[in-house]
Order: sequence, then structure tokens, then C-alpha cells
Amino acid sequence: MREKATTLYLGPQHPGITGNMMVKLKVEGDTIQSASTHVGYLHRGFEKLMERRNWLQSFTILCRICVPEPDPNEENFARAVESIEGREVPERAKWIRAMVLELARIGTYLLWFAGQSGSAGLYTMGQWSIGDRDYILDLFEELTGGRIYHMYIWPGGVRRDLPKGFKDKVLQTMDYLEKRLVQYDKLMFDNTIFQKRAKGIGWIDPAKAIEWGVVGAPLRAAGIASDVRKDDPYEIYDKLDFELGHATTSDVWGRSQVRRFEIEQSINMVRQIMDKMPEGEYYNRIPNPMKWEVPPGEAYVKTESARGEFGFYVVSDGSNKPRRVHVKGPAYVHAVTLLEDLLKGANISDVSFIMNSLGTCPPEIER
Amino acid sequence: MAFFDIKGLVNPLSTLKQFGNKPHTVEYPKKHKETADRYRGLHFNDLEACIGCGNCSTICMNEAIDMIHLDNIEGSEGDSGLRPRVDNGRCCWCALCVEVCPTGSLNMTKQDIFISSDADAFLWTPGVSNPEGKDILSFTSDEKTSLSLFDRVPMPEMEGEERVKSFAETMLYYTEEAAREEASRCISCSLCTEVCPDHMHIPEYINAIARGEDEDSIRIIYDNNPLGEMCGKVCTRRCEDVCALQVRGDAVAIRWLKEYAMSRAETADILKEIVNPDIQPANGKKIGIVGGGPAGLTAGYYLALKGFDVTIFEANEYAGGMVMYGIPKYRLPMDSLNKQIDYMKSIGVKIQFNTKVGKDISFDDIYKNHDAVFVGVGFQKPYNIGIDGEEANGVIPAVSLLFDVNSGKTPDLGHKVVVIGGGNVAIDGARVSRRLGSEVVIMYRRRVEDMPADWEEIEGAEVEAVDIMPQTIPIEIISDENNKVTGIKYLKAEMKADAGGGRPRPVPIEGSEAIMEVSTVIGAIGQEADYSFLSDEYMNKIEINRGRMVVNDQQQTKDPKIFAGGDAVNRTADAISAIADGYRAVKAIEKWLMK
Ligand SMILES: Cc1cc2nc3c(=O)[nH]c(=O)nc-3n(C[C@H](O)[C@H](O)[C@H](O)COP(=O)(O)OP(=O)(O)OC[C@H]3O[C@@H](n4cnc5c(N)ncnc54)[C@H](O)[C@@H]3O)c2cc1C
Ligand code: SF4
Repeated sequence: MREKATTLYLGPQHPGITGNMMVKLKVEGDTIQSASTHVGYLHRGFEKLMERRNWLQSFTILCRICVPEPDPNEENFARAVESIEGREVPERAKWIRAMVLELARIGTYLLWFAGQSGSAGLYTMGQWSIGDRDYILDLFEELTGGRIYHMYIWPGGVRRDLPKGFKDKVLQTMDYLEKRLVQYDKLMFDNTIFQKRAKGIGWIDPAKAIEWGVVGAPLRAAGIASDVRKDDPYEIYDKLDFELGHATTSDVWGRSQVRRFEIEQSINMVRQIMDKMPEGEYYNRIPNPMKWEVPPGEAYVKTESARGEFGFYVVSDGSNKPRRVHVKGPAYVHAVTLLEDLLKGANISDVSFIMNSLGTCPPEIER
Repeated sequence: MAFFDIKGLVNPLSTLKQFGNKPHTVEYPKKHKETADRYRGLHFNDLEACIGCGNCSTICMNEAIDMIHLDNIEGSEGDSGLRPRVDNGRCCWCALCVEVCPTGSLNMTKQDIFISSDADAFLWTPGVSNPEGKDILSFTSDEKTSLSLFDRVPMPEMEGEERVKSFAETMLYYTEEAAREEASRCISCSLCTEVCPDHMHIPEYINAIARGEDEDSIRIIYDNNPLGEMCGKVCTRRCEDVCALQVRGDAVAIRWLKEYAMSRAETADILKEIVNPDIQPANGKKIGIVGGGPAGLTAGYYLALKGFDVTIFEANEYAGGMVMYGIPKYRLPMDSLNKQIDYMKSIGVKIQFNTKVGKDISFDDIYKNHDAVFVGVGFQKPYNIGIDGEEANGVIPAVSLLFDVNSGKTPDLGHKVVVIGGGNVAIDGARVSRRLGSEVVIMYRRRVEDMPADWEEIEGAEVEAVDIMPQTIPIEIISDENNKVTGIKYLKAEMKADAGGGRPRPVPIEGSEAIMEVSTVIGAIGQEADYSFLSDEYMNKIEINRGRMVVNDQQQTKDPKIFAGGDAVNRTADAISAIADGYRAVKAIEKWLMK
């Protein structure tokens, strides 16, 4: 007997959705015939809001564009403004920024572990990695005064210098996490059930990946070595020794492998940073924020976020407010066009699983 | 991988070992995890240190802060009396308010939890709602981290040795670039506006300079001050004493910025073109003004703009009063002042020079031929020093010396001059004497820090090698058989706490008497008004109390037709107060005559 087609709505409130977003699924039996992404539940209009705030005030809302990993937003905005203004950034600040970005990447990957395994029914992993991520958040709290929204990297450098004893704490946390990775492997990556769920699922055609605009771990898992930190090094990334994650299977499993490898790389990079970070100033002070006008000009800058290439296009008309800020994050491509395509023919129970492997982030789609 | 990968199935079971581990979660509310030393928690405001500038409220893009009155906090000079109230329901904990707080009073605490079922409870006044916050300060700002720009752009000055060689201006003034940078430090809190006797629109004209709109700045200054360039060079600038930045750093150079803007207009014609005043048609009313000092000139300028027929009667050859004949030219060149006065004349202010009221024309004539009279005669008569030997040749009041020098004379003061006094007039006398080639000593009863003179003036004197002798009380002037000054006898003093709680008093030290050889003694003890131009009839009509004409808050004397202002009325005795009096009188005269 032929099964009848029906429509399912996954989200906008659903634990398997990484934020508020809805995927409308046409299914027959367990198999998805077509999928369409519906967004708009999280629209806050940051880009537009910034046009009404002065340059410093804009800095405080940028972080909200991505909750799990706010820092690339801050770094991008700061670097764009610095590039328009020609403002020098002290060397130490650049190292601190890279440290923040790598800590953020580790934290974000830990969160991803939770989502990826949780959507396969492996809940213990999430409890572990989210608990461990809190140690990263502790570091952020100590450094910036905030656990989630750091508001720390701003034009001219960073807001405060490292607190006393911070370096040791960072290194201790890195050692701890490195040990935990061994246990993660046992629970998740060497777990037959996880492997069976992940292999061959959510296959992205490597031949089309670039054309589609796939970035980050999904692109590297498709055998294409691409990472802004290597291709277009910013801050001090050219002074660090690291390798990129690599896989060729282009499926959920491959993407997991890439992230698993890169979290270790990041731990290692943080160690290098703590070792090489020079002393000195951490901030090249901006003018009076009430009267701070950025000369006319524009800049496009990008970072490698945990989800892939993340860009900011900033335009100044010479006034005390940005004329235009455009944010180009990976989620728009990954969660809308790519996801819709990957879900065709997939099993219902794999929707969240595939989504997590792409690192979708609804708040970023709707900046 | 085989379908039954045993290792892959057993491995995850190793997780069970975790049961033996200590959990890393904290059991709230039994235990509370202490937040970090830099935590951006609930605000705390040190209510004593806060000056209510409102900068926190301005920067907060969430409009989470409004400035409110508190019962137990009174405003005062340099304190608006307002304090921030934070809506914790709107706050995003960015702490920008902390970064821009110029005094450092507003900080954040370690307090991270606040729970209430009452929505209004989220509106709270840091420091009032959480007095305990002061012990758990976390995210704070200091001179290094604050976004306030505490360092003033330095003013270029002439070298000390060069200065005493001429009467050229010692201040070299801001370049355009320096002015823009200095102007950009202003946070527009307006505490200065309150304190300025004339309530000039300070943040507005400074902002115009910061934006590069110098001509706008000039127009804003001219709104209520027609002697802006003069003030830009010599104002007593009480505004700077209350600048919010002065609490932890240098006040904005308000005076120098005014000078910068005004000096963009190089001639009276250019000034007129820029100010482009709106002159009302003649209204048929005549106003007579006695005295062409800052008070009289200000009244004259704004009355003329309003269509009054204004005549100023001035005893001297030039107008300006004490700012023309008292203030030395190295602080205020004649050209600068004349440019400002020429502009006034060009818009219809008539000035009759060399016309001393009471001698060349009677006050009664002026009174009878005008619809209202403004009196701004200042304090022209110097006080005596009040010690023995004062009649000797070579004892000169500072204002007389300054008058002579400003009129082009170069008196010979001999090799050594002693100036008695500690105010601005004393410093002017001393610095002028240095330029006339003498060695100069200032004798002052109290300590240097007690001197009423402007600190920059004191510094200027020191740079020019004026020797300041504090805690020194002159007791007698010694002269030779020709009655020519040869020396001064003085006592040293020690400072004793005042029993009545007043400022410490100098008490002579017994046996400290000494004599200093000098050729000239300059007294700078103060001046008083000369009312000899007023007949008994007028003296009786207008009340004079302790040497000053009594006026109401509209500058009106007991005779409603006579208005008065300036040094002969106010106690602050500076140019800007005279300007403010003149400006106030204009409004009052208009109201009184045009009702
Ligand atoms: C040496 C010195 C330095 C000073 N330095 C500063 C300073 O740096 N900054 C500052 O703000 N203030 C300074 N002051 C004070 C300032 O000059 C006065 O406060 C201000 O000039 C007062 O203005 P006024 O219009 O009330 O009187 P005045 O300036 O005294 O003007 C009165 C005018 O009335 C005229 N007049 C008087 N009687 C008659 C009459 N019968 N007939 C016709 N005309 C008459 C006089 O000739 C004079 O022109 C200084 C004063 C002195 C003496
Ligand atoms: S912390 Fe930020 S949001 Fe909160 S009151 Fe201060 S400026 Fe406003």
C-alpha cells in the first residue's frame, strides 16, 4: 500500500532546532520528499539598529548576532572600523583577540558536541560537554565580566588587559579539556551507534560545495582545505602553528571528525598564544565616544568562526554612526538553501542530526 | 567495521566511571558561586562622588538610565543634584555607562542575581537601592581604562625669558587641529553652563568647534556675550572649575576654545558678516549708559540690536574699562578688544569718548534725556595699602600703574619692585613690572595655595621669575630724606587654624621682622567705586550698600529708570559677571519700556 504524503512542522520551538526556526517537511512515511526553511522568529534587526547607534553603542549589540559564539562579530566589527579609520592595534591586543577567538571556538565546538550527539539520542555527551564548556565561560567571565556576551573586543584593541593569574587558569583549563577529549572519544566518536548514525548521512556534493557557498567544517569535510585563518590570516594567525581538520566523506561523520580534530588544534593554539603573547599596551583608545566620527569609507573583513567564514561589511559616511553594517554569516547558506537540499530523501529522525552537523544558527540568519 | 563492533559498543560504558566523580555543578541556592572580580553585575553608584553629569544616561543605548532627583541630594555648583536610576529590565550589562563615567562613581558589582515579582522593583537607584554594593565592586573604570579623555591638549606658550622682553601675548593659542582635538573631549553635560554667570551655551559652541563649524561657534557665543574674544583670553572661567573631567583629569580648556573660535574672525567686518545680526527697527526709545566697560558695552550691544537708540558715555579715550586699562596687553592686546568694540559701533552702538559724567556732562542731563539709564562705572578708585610711610614717592596703586602702561607710558620703577597682594591685579602688576625691567617680589599674607589669583596666572608669574613670598606681612614703607621709597619692613607669618572654623589665618611670628630694599611699592589691595558723578538727589534715590549699588534680580535700582551692573554692583568682580549683568539688564529694560 502506498503511504500518504503529509506535512510536518519541525519548530519553531523544538529542542532539535538550534534556536528558533522552522523546517516545514513534506513526508511520505519516514522519508522526506521536500523541506523548506522558515525564518523570522528571531528577527531583531541588528544591522538596521546599528545605523541609529553611535559607533561605540553599536559594539554592544553585535555580540547578540550569535549567542554561542559572539566573539567573531566583535572582532570583525572592530577590525572593519580600524581598517576604515586606519587605527593601529597594539600587538598584545591582537594576541589577546586570537586567544578569545580560539577559546570561543572551543566553547562552540563543545556546544556542538552536545547538539550533534543529543540529536542522535546520546544525551550524556551533552551534559558533559556543556558542563565543560562552562569552564570556558568561567574564563570569559574573568576576562571580560560576562559569560555569554563578552563585549570585549572593540575598536582599538580589547577592553581590559588579562587579569592576574589568568594565563595559568587558561592553561589549566586546556589541560583539563585535553584529558576530557579522551573520554569524549570513548563516549561519542568511538561509539558504534554514533558512527552508524553519522556515516553516509547528510552528504554534500564536494563538486558543488563551493558553488553553493558551503564554508567551515562542512567544506573541509568535503576534502576542500579552506579556512580564513590560513587563506587570509588576520590578527596573529600567521604566527601560529596549526593544521586544519580534513575529511573526504562529506557526511555528518566527516564533519564530526573535522571538528574533533580542530578542537584539539585550538587547545594547542591557545597554548602557543599564551606562550608567545608579548607584554605591552592592550588598547589604542578611541576618541570621546559621544563625538567619535569614523571617516568616510568602507571595509569588508572576515574571520573563521566555528561555523565557517564570517564576514562584516561596514560603511561609514563620516558621521558618528555606521551608515551600513552587513553581516555575512555561514548560517544563511547552511540552514536555508543547503539544508533544504540535504533533507530531500532523508529520514525524519535525521533532520536535527543533519542540521547540527551544519552548525546552523538562526539568530545569525536573522541578524 | 563489522556490524558488531564490540569495542565500539563497550567503550561508551566506560562513562559509568563518572558516577564516582564529584559533580561540577553548584547547588544553588544552598551554595552561591562567587562571580569574577570583573563581573558586570548590578550597578553601584557612589552618591557622594557622583556629580549628576548624566553621561551614563547619554551613552546607554537601551535607555535604561534616567537622571532623577533624590530627596537627600541637593544640587550645587558642579553638581546637577540628579542621580542615575537604572531600569534593570532594560539593561544589557554592557557597562558602557561605567566606561564613560567621568568621576568613576558609577561601577558594577559582583551581584548577579536579583529576583522580584514586583516589576517596579527592577527600577532602582544604584547606591540607594543597594548600599552594600560598595563592598562588592567589580567592573570599575580608572584613569587608564575610562573612555573619558582626561588629558588637556597643551597650550603653546612663549618661553619665559622671551616673555618679559615685550608686551606680546604670552599664550600662542590653539591651532585648528589642537582646538578640534580639545573640543572633542567635552561630554556636553552642561554643568559649566549652570555655573557661568552669563550661562553661555558652552557645550554647544564647543561641539561646533569639534565638528569644524567655527562660524557657528561664533554665532552661538554671540547669542549672549558680545566680548567673546576678550573672555576667550582672560575670563576667570569658573566653568572650568566644575567641568566633569576635572574630577579625575584636566577640565576642558573652555576659555582657550572660545578664544580659538573668536579669533577666526580677524576683523570687525568679518565678525559682522559671520554674526550677521538681526537688528530690529528703531523703537524710538533712548538709553543712556554711563561707563563703557564690559557691563555697559554688553547692555549697549544687545539694546542696539533690539532697536533702542543707545549712547555710552565713557570717561576714557577708549572703551573697555578695566579690561582695556587694567588687564595688561600681553594677556589682551588692544587690537583684539577694539575689534570687538568696532563691531558694536558698526551695528549702531554710539560711544562718546573722553566724556566723564559729572564733569563733562551731568548725570541729571542723561537721566532726563533718556528713557532709561544703565550705570556700569566699575571700581576705579584703588584702596590704600594702610601701612605707615605710604605717602612716599614710589608707592603706586597697581591699577594706576596698569592704566599708565596700557595708555602707552613706560614708567621707571627702579631696580626692585615689591607688589603687595595675592589676587589677579597683584600678579598683573608684578608681571608688568618685570616687563619694565625690574626685579619683582610679591608679598602675600597667606600661603600660595590661598592666593585668589588664577593658578595659570601664578604659574605665569613664576615662569617670568617673579619671586612670590607667601606668609609675609608688610608693616612699613621706608623712604629717604627726599621721600623716595628705599625699602619695606615686613614680618613673616605662620598659619593658625581659625577658632571660628574659617580658613587658617596668618599670625605674625615675633622677632621675624626684616627690611627689604626696594625702589617701588605697588599696592594691589582692591578698588572701590567713585560715585562723585551722582548728586545727593540720585544718591538718595538709589540705595548704595557697602560701596555697591543695590539692584533687584533684573539689575534695576531703587529708581526704576536706573539699571546698574558690573563691578559696582556684583561681588564676583570679573568681566563675565559684568557681561551677565549687562545682558540681564537688557531684558529687563526691554520688558520695562516695551510693556
Ligand atoms: C588689573 C585687572 C585685571 C583684571 N583681570 C581680569 C581678568 O583677567 N579676567 C576677568 O574676568 N576680569 C578681570 N578683571 C576684572 C574686570 O576687568 C572687571 O570685573 C570688569 O572690567 C568690570 O566691568 P565693568 O563694566 O563693571 O567696569 P569697568 O571695566 O571698571 O568699566 C567701567 C567704565 O566706566 C567708566 N566710568 C567710570 N566712571 C565714569 C564716569 N563718571 N563717566 C564716564 N565713564 C565712567 C570707566 O572709565 C570704565 O571705562 C581685572 C581687573 C583689573 C583691575
Ligand atoms: S550597563 Fe549598559 S545597558 Fe546597562 S545601564 Fe549601563 S549603559 Fe545601559
